[in-house]
Amino acid sequence: MDESHTTSESSAIHRDDVGSRIGMWLFLFTELILFGGLFLLYAVYRYLHPQEFHEAAKELNVVLGAANTLILLTSSFTMVMSISYLGEGEKKKSLLALGLTIALGLAFLVNKYFEWSAKFHHGLYPNSPELAGRGQGDNLFYGLYYSMTGLHGLHVLVGVVLLSVVLIYIVKDKVTPDNFIVLDNSGLYWHLVDIIWIYLFPLFYLIT
Amino acid sequence: MQHGQEHTLIKARTYTAVYGALLVLTVITIVVARMHLGRFSVLGALVIASIKAGLVLLWFMHLKYEKKIFFVMFVVAVAFLTIAIGLTFFDIAYR
Repeated sequence: MDESHTTSESSAIHRDDVGSRIGMWLFLFTELILFGGLFLLYAVYRYLHPQEFHEAAKELNVVLGAANTLILLTSSFTMVMSISYLGEGEKKKSLLALGLTIALGLAFLVNKYFEWSAKFHHGLYPNSPELAGRGQGDNLFYGLYYSMTGLHGLHVLVGVVLLSVVLIYIVKDKVTPDNFIVLDNSGLYWHLVDIIWIYLFPLFYLIT
Repeated sequence: MQHGQEHTLIKARTYTAVYGALLVLTVITIVVARMHLGRFSVLGALVIASIKAGLVLLWFMHLKYEKKIFFVMFVVAVAFLTIAIGLTFFDIAYR
């Protein structure tokens, strides 16, 4: 190969998409361990207080939980379509799918707001008089419910902000069909947040 | 160009099929939970959730199409999580 050609070209467009994705996956593993620790707490306390967890889980709203599952699964689908479209040079379709993903993420948070508000209204929040009058198992269940769905909700919020920034990048052609590793990695993050919810939903809302 | 469009179509079909499977599995997990299987309800829910997570990992997160090193790294990470949870349960269960 022509010497001058390689130096001028490669220095201008040097990048390593596989390396970028490996870096993203390594970060996702730390997230896995972070939530894994909380799932471990849930498992142990459920083992120690089976009856209280059983009763407390019945109080959660299955319809709202199922609706949020549907919302996140759909957003994962639109996310992957956005990446696919951009890869094929369909910028407008990609932006539309990404916009939908962001909207669905916001819908998830609005849903969560109503769900938590209803719980607060019933006096079910950490250190509330209602919970103080109940046993240790109920307090552990709601403590875990708020910390795990709360931390997950925070991740959804971060994802919405991240995807909004990428959306602006695509509009400004900073993320293009030839170089969309930023969108790719943001998608990986969004899917991980979806996977965590896939486990949270049955463990808190369904197993009664 | 023609080839590119065809490729997009195949990808879109695959993603739609995976999305459909995820929705069906969500319905199944709700139905299974309503059957009151006692101690097996936790196991059932975890198995279905893991199938759903597997679908997202393999197709949506492209683990199926990545280099093998991605899969190896993922297995190692999950293995360590399993060890942590497993050892803790040995402690709790035989205390």
